[in-house]
Amino acid sequence: MNFTNFGRYILLLKAAFKRPEKMKIYMKAIFQQMEFIGVGSLGLISIISTFIGAVMTLQIAFQLVSDFIPKTIIGSVNRDSSILELSPTISAIVLAGKIGSAISSEIGTMRVTEQIDALEIMGINAPGYLILPKIIAGITMVPVLVIISMVLSITGGYLGGTLSGAVSPSEYIQGITTDFNPYTVNVALVKAFVFGFIITSVPAYEGFYVKGGALEVAQASTRAVVVSCISILACDYIVTQLML
Amino acid sequence: MIEIKDIHKSFGENEVLKGISGKFEPGVTNLIIGGSGSGKTTLLKCMIGLHHPEKGNVTYDGRDFTQMSTEERIEIRKEIGMLFQGSALFDSMTVEENIMFPLNMFTDQSRGEKLDRVNFCLERVNLGDKNKLFPAELSGGMKKRVGIARAIAMNPKYLFCDEPNSGLDPKTSIVIDELIKEITEEYNTTTIVVTHDMNSVMGIGDYIIFLHEGKKFWEGSNKEIAKTSIDELNDFVFASRFMKAAKDKF
Repeated sequence: MNFTNFGRYILLLKAAFKRPEKMKIYMKAIFQQMEFIGVGSLGLISIISTFIGAVMTLQIAFQLVSDFIPKTIIGSVNRDSSILELSPTISAIVLAGKIGSAISSEIGTMRVTEQIDALEIMGINAPGYLILPKIIAGITMVPVLVIISMVLSITGGYLGGTLSGAVSPSEYIQGITTDFNPYTVNVALVKAFVFGFIITSVPAYEGFYVKGGALEVAQASTRAVVVSCISILACDYIVTQLML
Repeated sequence: MIEIKDIHKSFGENEVLKGISGKFEPGVTNLIIGGSGSGKTTLLKCMIGLHHPEKGNVTYDGRDFTQMSTEERIEIRKEIGMLFQGSALFDSMTVEENIMFPLNMFTDQSRGEKLDRVNFCLERVNLGDKNKLFPAELSGGMKKRVGIARAIAMNPKYLFCDEPNSGLDPKTSIVIDELIKEITEEYNTTTIVVTHDMNSVMGIGDYIIFLHEGKKFWEGSNKEIAKTSIDELNDFVFASRFMKAAKDKF
């Protein structure tokens, strides 16, 4: 059954990546989706990243209570954790909930109200028109959101650490600037790219093949979020294994 | 002209269409009628390619639709207009954008030309002032009329209507029926209407196919339908008390 679903998913993607009927219309749809995925998620990602950074700093400080460990390590551990894992993965899981359910519901509702049939009858490649702009917006805007998340998470760590007195500003800044390896950002961006693809394509698949009515659309949305989250975690492991 | 030959379609063990044939001429309103589960909508979906028949052919003016590649089908579909049972208007677009959508996709007209066409189509269905409304702001009858306006935006050679009267009051149903008939005669389209509404049958049924349990039981016009001696058809036609009373009276 899962192989059948995977096969249908690949076939749907193949149809989605066919040459667009009219590039101008697709470009408009891509920008709309970029606004929805990128600008629309900025507030949520900002709040979550700042708090995660702040909490991480406090927890690192709590766990590294020792005279033998310099406090600058708090900044460097927070930096690497944020860049490599927390910003890409937590952002992706949050976005899978927010964007994934919206994509699945939108396409699923279009399916059950015959809007997708209407597109096909008009001679329009429905997977291309509905899914391709979302995937392109996902793989471009999720990395942007992840970069913003990294910055805010590290900033949140600074605020949380200094306001609570867990670490001094100079120690924290020294920590985040010492032994920085830019390659970690590359790893994070590859993850973000992969997650952006999953967050948009998996819910689109779940919505596209909905049969029934409102209940089935809701079930598809739930399934889309669950499958997206599991796929994100599995791909997180694979990318980390391959790149580090 | 659309011709169907020996169409068979099954879903699992359930054989829904059992070899249906027929010819649908342009300029007349062709009706496919039958009770619920008789295979009307399945036949329509086989004709427009949303379902793939296991056996049989659908030809559009001699072009065999069932044997075509996806690209060839797209060209035929540009000549098709379809009114869906639930109208299937795009929720996120205004009435104007809905009608302009196929023009945007398939023509290189200027925005002014497209707007002229949209306004013409809306005037044709008596909705001249509703351009900026969203589908959620329209009544059921208005949605159907916008659906018709969108269906005729590209000057289709073939017009399909899936239960155009469902969910409408009798007066609005007659308006929709008359609109379909007028458009068919005016543009000489090959129009196929799937319905189980006897008002539509008696009002616009120039050529009617009656389906029963996946088979074609009868074909003829609305003038002949009341005189038939086929029990299955009589059961369908005179199922309502009103039709039964009318039959008894005459």
